[in-house]
Amino acid sequence: MSTKIDAKGLACPGPVIATKKALESIEQGIVTIVVDNEVAKENVVKYATAHGCGVSITKQAGDFTVKITKGEAVLAPDKIAAPLSAPTENLVYLITQNTLGHGSSELGAVLMKSFMYALLESTVLPKTILFMNAGIMLTIKSSPVLEHLETLDQRGVEILSCGTCLDYFAVKNELAIGGVTNMYTIIEAMSAANKVITL
Amino acid sequence: MGFETADDAGIYELNETTALIQTLDFFTPIVDDPYMFGQIAAANSLSDVYAMGGKPLTAMNIVAFPIGSLPAEVLGEILKGGQDKVIEAGAVIVGGHTIEDSEPKYGLSVTGIVHPNKILKNIGALPGDVLIITKAIGTGVLTTAAKADMFLEGVEAAISSMAMLNRYAAEAVANFTIHACTDITGFGLLGHLYEMAVGSSVKIRLQARAIPLLPDAAEAASMGLVPAGAYRNREYLKTVTIDPSVPGNIEDLCYDPQTSGGLLLSVPAAIAKEVLLALKESGSTQAAVIGEVLEKGKGEIYVD
Repeated sequence: MSTKIDAKGLACPGPVIATKKALESIEQGIVTIVVDNEVAKENVVKYATAHGCGVSITKQAGDFTVKITKGEAVLAPDKIAAPLSAPTENLVYLITQNTLGHGSSELGAVLMKSFMYALLESTVLPKTILFMNAGIMLTIKSSPVLEHLETLDQRGVEILSCGTCLDYFAVKNELAIGGVTNMYTIIEAMSAANKVITL
Repeated sequence: MGFETADDAGIYELNETTALIQTLDFFTPIVDDPYMFGQIAAANSLSDVYAMGGKPLTAMNIVAFPIGSLPAEVLGEILKGGQDKVIEAGAVIVGGHTIEDSEPKYGLSVTGIVHPNKILKNIGALPGDVLIITKAIGTGVLTTAAKADMFLEGVEAAISSMAMLNRYAAEAVANFTIHACTDITGFGLLGHLYEMAVGSSVKIRLQARAIPLLPDAAEAASMGLVPAGAYRNREYLKTVTIDPSVPGNIEDLCYDPQTSGGLLLSVPAAIAKEVLLALKESGSTQAAVIGEVLEKGKGEIYVD
């Protein structure tokens, strides 16, 4: 099920109404909506996100194409085609430090890198990885595992860093991957998960 | 009043006891009901006089109307709405002017008076003050929702709020020490707060969770019913720091352009409770302390 809407030239809240109608008319599937301004794009993304849909955006010659996936379609079809399948259960990782385990931090750094690499090979990808405290050192520019996280991000894993932590370490401007979140969203993500693994 | 203070009305001192306030505002319909639209446009126009501590005396209608394509009764309803608000304000409509236009527009040119020593300005906030808002926020988001036929309960609440005169709030605080006062309109809460902060050379802290919101406003904002004006306001404001713990929809509401919004007051912390009580007793049930003036600065605003 795939719908395409041209919402160019529509004044606010036109694009949101068009998105609402299209998403309400399908149980699951993909709605692609083209808008010609930043405000419409932001508002359509807000609507889709508030309704638990997946969103990806491409920009071309001043127009934004917002691709919204609803329901099971979040797993389909281009993501299923990827060699390593997309999330199959609501698994959340909470990473609270930039090294893995206690004892030697040097060893811990090596282990974290190797862990991220292994995670890429895993058959079950997490839905979300939350980074807190020194864990946020892994999502900033100088992260040794940035490449791995980028790959996970491309495969649909949501990557979120704790905003308070970024502020505490004064590295908010250096965030290189994923979004910023707060404790409410963190708790929500963990409560909604089938399984939470803390590292 | 010089231009540097960014107040919306002009002041002309007649003598030692009386200064004239002149202001004008009009806009296109934001609600379907013409009688409500008339009331809201009038309350919005009158608000500038109240925000300066004044009392409106006379008003003139400013009307644009598609005479051929809309029934004359619609215009009658708009004017009746305006008239009723002007009467409620204790002023009189002394005339006006109508032009033919493809889209209806309505508003008032209002003349009021104020004692020259009692003019309220949007600058003058001092470190140690607290900030009080007299109406809930969210009219921009909710009028956008109205266009989408969504959140009808919130839309109703927004309409009542927009039609409410700032007269009652202004009178309630008239005998208190008010360091700065403005009304919240098109630049949104943060835009008007910014003018106050820059003009007063202070830093301000806004507590996002303390801001009173109209019903449904938060949900409507999170669903993307955010007017373009909110994005423009955000673009314009560069000295605002928003803590990442503030949810995105609340942030959007801080920038949401308001129509006939409430008054924003900067008062000494010591009298905040009394001011708040006086406001609530006079009908501003949503009035709340939403922040504080920190030290001297260049208009920095921290939202947490």
